[in-house]
Amino acid sequence: MVQKKINFKNTLLKYFPLILLYFSVLNEFDIDVSSVGLLSFNLPFIIIFYWSLRDPDQIGNGLIFIAGILNDVTLGYPIGISSFIYLTIIGFAAYLRNITLRPNIYKDSLVFLVSILFANSVNSLILSYIFSIEINFFEIIVNITFTFLLYFLFAKIFNYMKPMGT
Amino acid sequence: MASGRDDFIIAIRSAFLKKSNKQQFSLLALIIFSIVLIFLSNLNFVGIKYLKVGINETTYRLSAIISYPEKKFRDSINFFSEYFNVYNENQNLKKKIDKLNIEKLNYFYLENENKRLKQIVGDDLKLSKGIISRVLIDKDGKFLKSIILNKGSKNGIKKGMVVLEKNYLVGQVIEVNYTTSRAILISDLNSNIPVVIEPGSFQSILSGTGKNHGKIKYSKDEIEFEDNAIVYTSGSGGNFRAGLPVGKINNQIDKLGVEFFSDLSQLSYVKIQSIEVSEK
Repeated sequence: MVQKKINFKNTLLKYFPLILLYFSVLNEFDIDVSSVGLLSFNLPFIIIFYWSLRDPDQIGNGLIFIAGILNDVTLGYPIGISSFIYLTIIGFAAYLRNITLRPNIYKDSLVFLVSILFANSVNSLILSYIFSIEINFFEIIVNITFTFLLYFLFAKIFNYMKPMGT
Repeated sequence: MASGRDDFIIAIRSAFLKKSNKQQFSLLALIIFSIVLIFLSNLNFVGIKYLKVGINETTYRLSAIISYPEKKFRDSINFFSEYFNVYNENQNLKKKIDKLNIEKLNYFYLENENKRLKQIVGDDLKLSKGIISRVLIDKDGKFLKSIILNKGSKNGIKKGMVVLEKNYLVGQVIEVNYTTSRAILISDLNSNIPVVIEPGSFQSILSGTGKNHGKIKYSKDEIEFEDNAIVYTSGSGGNFRAGLPVGKINNQIDKLGVEFFSDLSQLSYVKIQSIEVSEK
């Protein structure tokens, strides 16, 4: 009985990043705090970058691709855009992983900032020039800022959880 | 210098082409596949349309279930905040009812006169009976402001039908699946509605701002509308029936800003209607 409980807990922790990713794309995870104005951040970006950097086997590229498709459907975007954006973030994380010997949260966060700036720019370009969708750039900048700042917090939480899930 | 460039190329090649033991696909293959999907979406490829409809049906339901706890949490916060304002609201409502009762008599006369005149000029479009639909998902995206409804082509929903809440215009159906549909809200940046502003009968276009209010566009610069001027659909273009109330001018929120009558972040049930010519 106890062994079963431990196994269940381990399985849950092992698949936690994947569950959280799918939960956030289906729930379209944006936190709005009306008293502050518009406080929103992109949780899928944080999850994808962190886990692709630290433990790429935890969430497969194919599953991230499918998460992107689901995100497009939930938000009503043309199919393929979010998948492409998520994959570019994996690209940045994979490159950083290959050139880094000793991981450092500050270096990681700088590359993360570059990657989300690049991803959001490509996203905005595709949506506005190919699909003629009008975009509120201020909202995107706010979103990028909070996503970057919250990366530190989530990285701490994931760092704490990582040994438990393996 | 050369070794630095080689390291860069090796790191890039390894990042995009190398697969670890547990990875089924290389990053480059998936990126190419997603680019192909984007281009096929842009070309409105038939296969992509069917794929999207298939995914929509399951994803919308799943998303509604996953969003349920968050939705309930938001509803409870709204409930408590409304509860504490009940007394003041009650006093205000009593005053409003008295005022409205007086106005109602005048409107009754004007409505009948208006109906008669519309029949004479042949502008007698009316809205169908309407299909009541529940809002499955009402989360705001960064780019699109839309809602998912639990009625689709099975229930007679068609693209272009208008979405109302308490007879106020809130959006238009843009995508129809078998059991669900998506409606773009009037607050969306891509929403442009021909409107008429009363008093004065000024024709203009109401555009969404991506926030909870709209903005009057394409009116002459010298025209300044007073606060509380009512914005109705003008019926130009034939997408909307004329005279649907949308909101009122509020210059405090924005210059020529329009405060919507419906709270677009609190939609639970909406009525979907189509425009049809009334029988004489």
